[in-house]
Amino acid sequence: MTHLPADPETETGLAPSAHRPSRWRAAWDSDIAYSFRHSPVAMVAAFVTALLILSAIFAPLIAPTNPFDPSSLNLMNGFSQPMEPNAFTGDTFLMGTDDQGRDVFSTILYGMRISLFVGAMAVLLAMVLGITLGLIAGYFRGWTDTIIMRIADVQLTFPSILVAMLIFGIARGIIPIQYRDEMAIWVLILAIGLSDWVQFARVVRGATMVERGKEYVQAAQLIGRSPLSIMVGHILPNVLSPVLVIATISLALAIIAEATLSFLGVGAPPTQPSLGTLIRIGQDFLFSGEWWILFFPACTLLALALSVNLLGDWLRDALNPKLN
Amino acid sequence: MVSYILRRVLQSIIVLLVVGLVAFSMFRFVGDPIEQLLGQERTQQDVERLREALGLNDPFIVQYADFLARALQGDFGISYRQSRPVAEILLERLPATLELAFISGFLAVTLGIALGVFTAIRRKGVAANVIMSTSLIGVSLPTFLIGILLIYVFGVQLRWLPTFGRGEVVDLGWWTTGLLTESGLKSLILPAITLGLYQMTLIMRLVRAEMLEVLRQDYIRFARARGLSAKAVNFRHALKNTMVPVITVTGLQLGSIIAFAIITETVFQWPGVGLLFINAVQFVDIPVMAAYLMLISVMFVAINLIVDLLYVWVDPRLRVDGRTA
Repeated sequence: MTHLPADPETETGLAPSAHRPSRWRAAWDSDIAYSFRHSPVAMVAAFVTALLILSAIFAPLIAPTNPFDPSSLNLMNGFSQPMEPNAFTGDTFLMGTDDQGRDVFSTILYGMRISLFVGAMAVLLAMVLGITLGLIAGYFRGWTDTIIMRIADVQLTFPSILVAMLIFGIARGIIPIQYRDEMAIWVLILAIGLSDWVQFARVVRGATMVERGKEYVQAAQLIGRSPLSIMVGHILPNVLSPVLVIATISLALAIIAEATLSFLGVGAPPTQPSLGTLIRIGQDFLFSGEWWILFFPACTLLALALSVNLLGDWLRDALNPKLN
Repeated sequence: MVSYILRRVLQSIIVLLVVGLVAFSMFRFVGDPIEQLLGQERTQQDVERLREALGLNDPFIVQYADFLARALQGDFGISYRQSRPVAEILLERLPATLELAFISGFLAVTLGIALGVFTAIRRKGVAANVIMSTSLIGVSLPTFLIGILLIYVFGVQLRWLPTFGRGEVVDLGWWTTGLLTESGLKSLILPAITLGLYQMTLIMRLVRAEMLEVLRQDYIRFARARGLSAKAVNFRHALKNTMVPVITVTGLQLGSIIAFAIITETVFQWPGVGLLFINAVQFVDIPVMAAYLMLISVMFVAINLIVDLLYVWVDPRLRVDGRTA
């Protein structure tokens, strides 16, 4: 047959290697995008999420001051009210300043960077760990499955925030005292990530067990592909959509967990404050009437967690074949 | 049914053994116990003697069995930070946490079920809609922000209630209670609301969803047709059949109340075991952390076990056919 150009669908249909990406693209163009266009909540949530993530990434460009550069701070600016000129210097700050004259708006932008970084890395860790263990458990079954899922069950007996605190404490015990503060962010990622893998493992294991019995997997086994390449190359792409939903909701939970840990003083140190650390600092000034030091970081945290959560909810509905 | 209960008990014991192993490993491998006990001036002989005396030269499994035996007798070692037996510190702090947890758990369960039934029966009423919308806030606000909000409104602005500590407590010898003094009761209000709010909204939404499901069933319609009073239909027939999922979730939530007490206790400086644990994490006080872990897992496992036994009580099908359960 002569190979005609044009019609991309028949073209991808002929080339098996290009088949999957185009199918993904087609699905993306139709169902998900359609549902997105028809959900105002999803659009607002996506807009707020994108706005917050972008302002966190470009914090050094947006922030009026660098809150970690002591030379830019003026103690006279301390406790400026939001949008009111300071009595001594006449400077005006959008969200006021803290006791040391640090611009609250700038600290929020920088704090959000740390919150988002810890949240995203923790979810990534949980995801990699959960997918790996879930694939192994679901593919091999037998005693591997039993051991992995038993560990998951035991861990699931405890709320993840408690597990995270415990891992944080143990890791602090292992790390020499002089490195504790600089390592705190990574310890936090480890603690939240390890406390959250069970969700992913359970879902991936369940989906893997279903996929494993299907013909394409048997075919792959027959032509002698290794278990690893079957798991990663064949099964994984087919179990990814529930993982995506859990990852989004986990991100919201991880951001809250990070804020909670930092608020309790077992998270980001004051030298690298996250939103939770800022709320912890702000709480000290609540009694003396400087409400804005706490109020704005708390609102940012809420907006961030809520919009990511709503996005996850929408994604769950949109990817659920039962509802379509 | 007996085999069902036995199997659940066996599973609980396995969970406790695994947790014990984690706690033991913390003791043994996080930080050197020799380092903690001997000062800078020590000879190799001292080290060897102490290793032998502490049993550190024994095989791992013997040390683990030793640790478990001592833990069963309530010996969790000595706090690095306070230099007192951990068990003593825990016992001193436990009443504060248990009182707080029980009061919030009680509030969450009673108010949660009551509001859940109410919003299900008056599904279209204004009050039910207001309650449902406000409950969204309870679900999405992190616990510590709820606490701060309550402190700000009732402590800083209105100055009605104390915002930290337990107030005056009465010492009953083995138990200290804040329930018998006015300041103790006042101090309890804000932490109890903070701790119970999330659980309450969760239980309420669950009861509502289950009730709506059950109220649609034929037997409810039949009960109405028989002319039974609304009260009998709603409570004796409908509510009873929503109880299985409610008991599951409530049981699991009671467990997390104890865990979330850590957050509430820190916000309100409530002198319970949660605050003790957070301080132990901050200062890497391993014996306290390990003991807290053991204590909390015993509570969790006990709660899960009780929930499983409650199933048998609530759902007669499990009593007849225990093997498939």
